[in-house]
Amino acid sequence: MATQYMYYPGCSMDGTGKAYHDSIEAVLPELNIGLAELDDWNCCGATEYMGISPLRSQALVGRNLALAEKQKNGTDTLVAPCSACYVNLARTDAYVRESAELAATVNDALGADGMSYTPGSVKVRHLLEIMIDDIGLEEVGAHVTRPLKGLKLAPYMGCLVSRPDYDDRWQHREHPHALDELLLALGADVVDYSRRTDCCGGHMTQISPETGLELIRRLIVEAERVGAHALVTVCPMCQMNVDFYQREMNHHFREDHHMPILFFTQLMGLAYGMPAKTLGFGREIISARPALANIGIESPLTEEEEAAKAAAAKPARRKRGDPTLPSPAPREDEEVLR
Amino acid sequence: MTAPKTGVYICHCGTNISAMVDVEAVRDWALDELGDKGVVVSRDYPFMCSSLGQELIEKDIKEYGLERVVVGACSPHMHEKTFREASSNAGLNPYLAELVSIREQVSWVHTDKAKATEKAKAIIAGGVYRVAEHEPLEPLIAPVNNATLIVGGGIAGLTAALEIAKAGYPVHIVEREPSIGGHMAQYDKTFPTLDCAACILTPKMVDAGAHKNITLHTWSEVVDVSGSVGDFKIKVKHKPRYVVEADCTGCGICWEKCPVQVIDTGFESGLGYRKAIYTPFPQAVPKYPVLTPDDCTYFAKGTCRACEKFCPVDCIDFTQTDEFVEFNVGSILLATGFQPFDARRIESYGYGRLPNVFTSMEFERMSNAAGPTGGKIVLRDGVTEPKAVAIVHCVGSRDKNTNEYCSAVCCMQSLKFAHLVREHTKADVYECYIDMRTPGKGYDEFYNRVLEEGTQFIRGRVAEITDSLRYPEEEGHEGRLIVQVEDTLAGVKRRIPVDMVMLSTGIEPQADATEVARMFGVGCSSKGFIIERHAKLDPVATMTDGVFAAGTALGPRDIPSSVSNGAAAAATILSRIAQGEIAMEPYRASVDTERCSGCRICNDLCPFSAITFDEMAMVTNINPKLCQGCGVCVAACPANAISGSGFSHHQIMAQIDGLLSYPGGSDGRPVEEAVGATA
Amino acid sequence: MPKAAVPPPPAPSGGKRAATFQEEVIAMIPADSRLETCIQCGTCGGSCPSYADMDHTPRQIFALIRAGARDKVMDSNTPWMCVSCYLCAVRCPQQIHIPDVMYALKAKATQEDRVPSHVAPDFSRTFVDYIHKYGRSFEVGLVAKHYLRHHMTRLPGMTTSGIGMVTKGRMGFRPHTIKGLEGLNAILDRATELEQAKQRSVYEEQPQAGGAH
Repeated sequence: MATQYMYYPGCSMDGTGKAYHDSIEAVLPELNIGLAELDDWNCCGATEYMGISPLRSQALVGRNLALAEKQKNGTDTLVAPCSACYVNLARTDAYVRESAELAATVNDALGADGMSYTPGSVKVRHLLEIMIDDIGLEEVGAHVTRPLKGLKLAPYMGCLVSRPDYDDRWQHREHPHALDELLLALGADVVDYSRRTDCCGGHMTQISPETGLELIRRLIVEAERVGAHALVTVCPMCQMNVDFYQREMNHHFREDHHMPILFFTQLMGLAYGMPAKTLGFGREIISARPALANIGIESPLTEEEEAAKAAAAKPARRKRGDPTLPSPAPREDEEVLR
Repeated sequence: MTAPKTGVYICHCGTNISAMVDVEAVRDWALDELGDKGVVVSRDYPFMCSSLGQELIEKDIKEYGLERVVVGACSPHMHEKTFREASSNAGLNPYLAELVSIREQVSWVHTDKAKATEKAKAIIAGGVYRVAEHEPLEPLIAPVNNATLIVGGGIAGLTAALEIAKAGYPVHIVEREPSIGGHMAQYDKTFPTLDCAACILTPKMVDAGAHKNITLHTWSEVVDVSGSVGDFKIKVKHKPRYVVEADCTGCGICWEKCPVQVIDTGFESGLGYRKAIYTPFPQAVPKYPVLTPDDCTYFAKGTCRACEKFCPVDCIDFTQTDEFVEFNVGSILLATGFQPFDARRIESYGYGRLPNVFTSMEFERMSNAAGPTGGKIVLRDGVTEPKAVAIVHCVGSRDKNTNEYCSAVCCMQSLKFAHLVREHTKADVYECYIDMRTPGKGYDEFYNRVLEEGTQFIRGRVAEITDSLRYPEEEGHEGRLIVQVEDTLAGVKRRIPVDMVMLSTGIEPQADATEVARMFGVGCSSKGFIIERHAKLDPVATMTDGVFAAGTALGPRDIPSSVSNGAAAAATILSRIAQGEIAMEPYRASVDTERCSGCRICNDLCPFSAITFDEMAMVTNINPKLCQGCGVCVAACPANAISGSGFSHHQIMAQIDGLLSYPGGSDGRPVEEAVGATA
Repeated sequence: MPKAAVPPPPAPSGGKRAATFQEEVIAMIPADSRLETCIQCGTCGGSCPSYADMDHTPRQIFALIRAGARDKVMDSNTPWMCVSCYLCAVRCPQQIHIPDVMYALKAKATQEDRVPSHVAPDFSRTFVDYIHKYGRSFEVGLVAKHYLRHHMTRLPGMTTSGIGMVTKGRMGFRPHTIKGLEGLNAILDRATELEQAKQRSVYEEQPQAGGAH
C-alpha cells in the first residue's frame, strides 16, 4: 500500500511548472508514494497577497488548511512542491498556532463559508522534506539504475524551504546539504555551490527587472565558476526566473550564459532510468541537452583523483616542513562535500 | 486555646508596594478582621527593613507582649533574617516571626490596585493563620572543616587558592586539563595594558604548584559530592597520564621521540599540533606529560613504545587506570570557567568552510610568540601575510539565535586584536561592531589608541562573509573574502575585500555546566551560568550554603573581574573558616515511628542520604545531622508519618486555610480570583 | 469581489493619545513582529540581496518608523524592493519578522493608495484580482495584462522565450475556476471587515506606561 499524502500542487504546476508536474507524476509511484490532491484548493497568494493585506492573506491560506483538515484521511501531512506555496501555508499555520487572537480572526472569516481550522492540525511540508525525511536517501538511492555520474550539478535550494523555517526542521538555514545529499544518492557529481539558498528574485522580474536580472546573474555566474553543468531546483518560481529570463539577462548584461535549470524530480526520474520525455525534459527554455550529454559516460577515477581521495580519507598528519596551519573541522554534514 | 497575640506589619517598600497595594486599607483590615486570630496591633511603614521599622516591631513585642509577628513586605529571600533578628532582639524566638511577600507576589506582578489590595489581604491572613502554629526553634550548629575544594585552575580559581593557602589552610585544586592556568595561559596579550599574559600568570601557577597547603589534582575530575554543610565529602577521579608522576622529571624526551602529531584542539585551539604524549605548553604546572591513548600508536597497534624506550627514568606506564581519591572539605569554590562559542553555528560567517576565517582563540595562539606560527600573523597557508583583516564583533553574543547576552570581553579583545594586527603587519584593519562597549579602567583610552593607529571602524553587524565575488566590480579579488556589512552610520552597504577575517567569539558556559551545577547542588541559568545568591550583594555565593563560585562560571567577565571574584570568594571562605562553625536553619524532618508503616518509599528519595531503615523495628530513621530540611520525604510519605519542623503539615494547612478564609472583596468575588496564582 | 481598500483609520478623539506610526504598522502585522526591539545593527541591510535598488535599508526604515517619519517611509521604495528571501529574518539577532514588516508597509501603501511607483502594486493587484475572479492564479492573463501595461518595451526581446513557453506547453490559456469561489470571497470579505476593525482599534485605546518597579 502506497504511503498517502495530501497534495497542494499550486497554480504553476499546470503552467510554467509543467516539467515539475510531469516528473512528480512519473517518480512518486516508483517510490510507492500516493498524492491525493486537495479538493478545490485555492491560490496561496504567492508573494502578492501579503502585500495587499497581510490579514486577509491569512484567511486566504486558512481556507486551504481548513480543506486539508477536513480531507485528511489517515495522514495529516499536506505536501507542497512549490517553495512559495509551502512557505505561505506553513506561515499561516505557524501564526495561528502562535497567536490565539489571529486564530480566532481567521476562523471568524472562515466561518463566512462554514469552514474552520484547528491550529496545528495539518503538517505542511515541502516535497523535498518528504524525500529526505520520510523516504530517506537510502531508498531514494536504491531505485537508481542509471547513476548520474559525470553530471555536475549545482544544488540550488533557493530561499523559502530552509528559511524562515517556522517549525525548526532545518538545522542549517543558509547552507543546508539536503539537496546535495539527494543528488549524491543519484550518483551525480555535486559542486560546492555557495549561493545554494540565495534568492532568485521572486517577482522582481515582473516589477523591477534590473533587480531581478542581477540576482539571476549572480546565481548563474557562480554556478559557472564552480563548473556546474546545470542548476537543480525545488521550486517552479526559481525555475521560471532562471530559465525564462536568462535570455533577457544575457541581453541586459551583454553576456552569453547558458545554464539550464532542472527540477530535482526530473533528475530522480533520469537516474531511475525513465525516459527523459516523460520527465518534462524539453520544456525548458535554456536547453538541458548539452548538460545531459555528460550522462552515461562512466569514467573511472583518474590516478590523481584516486590519490586525492585517499589523502582526504586519512586523518590530518603533518608533513615535514609543511607550514600550513590546520583547518578547523568542518560541520559534520559538510564532510560529504570534501 | 486562645490565639497568640500577633502583630501585623505592612511595608510600603518606598512605593514598590504602596503604589499597587492600598497599605492603609490592608493595615486597618488586619486589625479589624483578624482580631479573633490574635492580631492585636497592625501598622504600616515606608521601610519596614530600616532600623526605625525594626525598632517599631521590637517596641511592640515588648509593649504588647506579642507572641507572633507577621511582616508583609518583600520576599523572605531578601529580609526574613532581618525581621527574625529584630524579633530575637526583643526576646521573641526568631522562628515565631513570619515574612510574607506582598511585593514579588503582589505589587510587582499586578496592574489592578483594587484586586492587588484584596490579594495582599489574603496573603496576610495566610501568614497570620500559619504563624499561630509555629513553635520556637533553635538553629543547628555545625563545625566547618577548614579545607577548601576549588574546581577549576584558571585565573579565578588560582587567585582564590593562593589567598586561602597563604592564610594557612589546605586547598585542593581539581583541574581537568593536564595543567592549571586555564584560558588565560593561551592568551598572548591582556587588554588594555598589553601585558604578556604568560608573564603575569605563570608566577601564580608556579606558586600554586609549589605551595605546601595546595594539593593539585590535574587531569582529574570531581565525580561525587556528599556530606553536608561544613563537611563535604569529595571524590575525585585522576585520569591516567600513563606517566609515573613520582619518577618523572619533565625532561621532555618522551614527547620529542613520539612520532605521532595530531591537531591540538586544546591549548592551541586547533591551530597547531601536539604529540600523542605531551605537556600542553612549556610552563605547564605540573610538568608531567599526559599520554592520550586515542592518538597513541601503541594503544592502536600494540607497537611503537618510543616514549617508553627513550624515557631515562622508566616512568612510562601503559597499564595505568583511573584512580580515585577522597577527602573532606568545608567549602567549595566552583571556578569552572567558560568555553568559546562555536563559530560554525553562524553559517553566514563560513567558519569551517572558508579557510581564512579564524576565531579569537585561534588568533590568540597565532599572535603568541610561543604559538604555532611563532607570533606571525599569516593566512591558513602558513606563510602569506594578510593585506587586509576584518574583525567581527558579537559572534555568538547579543543574538537571540545563539546567545542573547553580551559577552562583555569581545569589544576589548577585538580592539586588542586590531592593535596586534597593526603592530605585526602592515594590513588594513576593518573592525565591525554593533555598539562599542568599553566600560573599564583604561578601556576607552585603549579604544582611542586603536583609533589613532588607523583601524577603520564600521558600525554594523557583519551580515555575511563569502568567497563568491560579484563581477565586474570585484574582478581581481579572486581567492579573497568579501565581508558584507551595512555601514549604519554612513547608511550604505559595503562589500569589503579582505584576506583574513577574525571572529570575536563570545563566552559560553562549559558544555557540561548544568551537570556540574547539579552535582554541587547549585542553581544555574538555562544556558548554564551559575546563579549568584544575590547578583549585587552576594555575588560569589550560591544558593547552597558552603558552595561559592567565581569567574566566568558565573557569567561573561574579563580577567580583572575574574581575579576580583576569586579574591572575594577567598575572603568569604576564610571568614567561614575563622568562625569555625556555622548556624543552620533548624528545619529538619523527623519520623513519627508510631505512624511509619515501613513502606520505604522515602528511603531512596533523600538527596542527602540522611534516611536509613531500621530493619529490627521496621521503621525509617532520619539523621538530623545530614537532613537539610528539603521536604522531599515529607511530601512523599503516604502515611503522613514524616513531619518537617518549620514546615509541618498543620502549619501549611493553616496557611492555606488563611488564604482561603478571606471571603473576597466588597463585590463578593470568589476568593480564588482575589488570591490568584498564589493559592 | 471583496470590498474596497481599507480607508485610513480615523483621527483619535476625546483625550486619547494618538497612535504612533510604529503602532499603526505593527497593527497591520498578523503575528508578533518584534519590530519594537530593533537595535539598528544593520544585519538586515547587509544581508539584503536587493539592497542596491532600495531608497533606504530595512534598518533605516525601522528607524524612520520609530521616528514617526510617515512621509519618508510611505514614499520609500524599500518595501517594494523586498524579495521575501528571509535572509534578514533568519539572521536578525532580535528575530524580527522583517518580511512581514515589509508586507505590512506595502499593504498600508496600497490601502491608502500612496505608492512610490505603480508597477509593483499593479502587479500585486492584478494577481490578487485573478484570485478573486477564479480562486486561482492565471499566469497567461497576469503576464499579458501586466506586460502590456508596464513592460511594453521588454516584450520584443522576450518573443522567442515567450513562444517557447507556449510551444513547450508551459502556458495554460484557460483559467481554472474553483467550485467554492463564492465562499472564498465571502471569507475574504469577512476578513476585510475584521482587518478594518483591528486597525480602528489601534486608535481607541493606548496602554499607559507600566507601574513603578
